[in-house]
Amino acid sequence: MTEAQAVPLITDAMRAEVGVESSPTTYEVDKTMIRLFARSVGHTDPVYYDEAAAKAAGYRSLPCPPGYLGTPVFKPSAGGEAGPMGRNRGAQPSRPLNRVLNGGTDIEYLDDICAGDVLTATSHLANLEETKGSIGEMLIVTNKTVYKNQDGKVVAVSTGTAIRY
Amino acid sequence: MTLKVGDKHEQVVIENVNRTHIVKYAGASGDFNPLHHDDTKAKDLAGYPSVFAHGMLSMGLTGRMLTDWLGATALKKYGVRFTRQVWPGDTLTAKGEVTDVKEEGGKQLATIKVVTVNQNGESVVEGEAVAEV
Repeated sequence: MTEAQAVPLITDAMRAEVGVESSPTTYEVDKTMIRLFARSVGHTDPVYYDEAAAKAAGYRSLPCPPGYLGTPVFKPSAGGEAGPMGRNRGAQPSRPLNRVLNGGTDIEYLDDICAGDVLTATSHLANLEETKGSIGEMLIVTNKTVYKNQDGKVVAVSTGTAIRY
Repeated sequence: MTLKVGDKHEQVVIENVNRTHIVKYAGASGDFNPLHHDDTKAKDLAGYPSVFAHGMLSMGLTGRMLTDWLGATALKKYGVRFTRQVWPGDTLTAKGEVTDVKEEGGKQLATIKVVTVNQNGESVVEGEAVAEV
């Protein structure tokens, strides 16, 4: 092991960001985006497309399909195309890591989320870990996001793991 | 719906993944990372043989197996790990198996082990869901 490799990837500046709450991001849940998402993953259940079918099944409007938690309202002034959820913001590791893979996502649903809802999400860096694997040295970054609806109720909590290498 | 430990469901959730599938998901999710739609960048920037599907597309496809089986908003928890990349040409089969059923506050909650495999039988998604049934 060379001296350079002995220096940890995780810096003090990165550790200082753990647990720091982000400013809130607004996610709109609307019929058009639910239909677009449902179509992109092949749903055929009419509750995702037809509001009358959704209401007949007991929903307020079209429900969110699994994996969809609204669409962030795009703000050109908040980071342009990378947006507020841009992947490589903040303090950077001691050596550049240019590639990223999604390691996994966990969603906890605490209430129905339907078209018409407006969610406010805040997230924080929950954990940093470095390890070595078949693809070389890896930085495992875990982010946690809490989604509240327009009534202030927590409706979902999402934990995402990114693998930078 | 009554479920018991050992109940299984599986379905092919996508056949022969192509760039149109991937671009549809990019538009629906707002994830325009070029590694998922720009072959030149996937090769030159990251050394991949081509573009590959978003992990979250596999999660969404696998979720369809769950809602087709259990209903649109039965899910209380749904968590996955992405164990292998999904490439154009892949065909994915999502499988669920009930591993636990319990009563909680008058509700029946089923824990479901989830695995999605490609045409070679290799897992691309592994995870667990909890559904109110």
